[in-house]
Amino acid sequence: MSENKSKMSILTNGILNENPVLRLVLGTCPTLAVTTMASNGIGMGLAATFVLLCSNIVISALRNIIPNQVRIPCYITVIAGFVSVVQMIVKAYVPDLDKALGVYLPLIVVNCIILGRAEMFASKNGIVDSALDGIGMGIGFTITLTIMGSIREIIGSGTWMAGLGKLIPALGADFAVQVVPKGVDTFSLMTSAPGGFFVFGILMAGATWLTTRPKKSAPAVEGGNA
Amino acid sequence: MAVKLASIFFTMILVDNYVLAKFLGICPFLGVSKKLDSAVGMSLAVTFVMVLATAATWPIQTFLLTPVDAAGELKWDMGYLQTIVFILIIAILVQLLENFLKKFIPALYKSLGVYLPLITTNCTILGVTILNLDNGYDFIESIVCAAGAGIGFLVAMVLFSGVRRRVEQAVTPKCFEGLPITLVAAAVTSLSFMGFGGIVDAIFKV
Repeated sequence: MSENKSKMSILTNGILNENPVLRLVLGTCPTLAVTTMASNGIGMGLAATFVLLCSNIVISALRNIIPNQVRIPCYITVIAGFVSVVQMIVKAYVPDLDKALGVYLPLIVVNCIILGRAEMFASKNGIVDSALDGIGMGIGFTITLTIMGSIREIIGSGTWMAGLGKLIPALGADFAVQVVPKGVDTFSLMTSAPGGFFVFGILMAGATWLTTRPKKSAPAVEGGNA
Repeated sequence: MAVKLASIFFTMILVDNYVLAKFLGICPFLGVSKKLDSAVGMSLAVTFVMVLATAATWPIQTFLLTPVDAAGELKWDMGYLQTIVFILIIAILVQLLENFLKKFIPALYKSLGVYLPLITTNCTILGVTILNLDNGYDFIESIVCAAGAGIGFLVAMVLFSGVRRRVEQAVTPKCFEGLPITLVAAAVTSLSFMGFGGIVDAIFKV
């Protein structure tokens, strides 16, 4: 495999094949909690991507210095440092997003995607590869959160991307795309807890179907009713 | 006082259940709920660490990070260190618990296995310590809230391990096998918990 192709595959790996949420089942808590609106999903995804990228770079750079026995506390400290940075930035520049994400913003520290990638990837690979992995995983996470937020928001509240104006001030504070006409009763259960689990289950089944479908030449051995 | 504490306790278990209503601690909820006994062991470990962590972090936040003088003014503000300090305290507590279990209850240590170190990254624990402070609870209320959150986690885990045993024997479409159908089952479990909304207010008249 050529060098270029492998770098590209590290980047794209996180988007579908090893999508952190749908395939590796990491970071499920923020996925379920903040996706009541698509714009929250984008904000959370970007915040987590930033932490993931920075912590992957630093941990990869320190991978030969950190003693193996105390690596987890070291990783956690690095991650917590970057999360505090994100917290301060968000509080200062996008206070509305800070309110919408609430306790889930500091909880990025315990997001298993970040610790998981540090342990599985950054501690074994070079800085460039780790940075690419961080970006790829972050994009995969952001896309998944946005899709899930869109489904829940459209079915649950009838709008799409409401609140995006808080992230991009140019759009104006009241920016929202009205998908379901006003006056039509929306299925508000989707924005509460059960809807989250349900949409997550359906999306995960969809991702499983997408990634396992083309392998027709190699039939699955287990689960057959022979 | 007692009524308020009881109200906090039962609200945490039934209405604001961390797993089913607030989406905290989903990883162990999906990972360890396959067997009843490991679900109970994990939940008890989580409850224990939760109460300990609250008991440790509440004084640190109140007296070290953001102390208030007699006039109600902040003496100094190091609130920005909250995330780092709390996660380190929790990591230390988990390490202590692990050593304790390894020495005194090896059977439980074996059955919890890989999930014990993962308590550190269990968002319920960091979540409960931060939410207690956000809600402005005093020390006793925080401890009761943490205990309630832990018991709520236990209730959700035990109920769901029962649901899960039935789901695993069901015939499902190929792509739904495993986790996806489990999540759909969790949706139904969570729906049933929505029925508790308002029950605590009605009982304790707060």
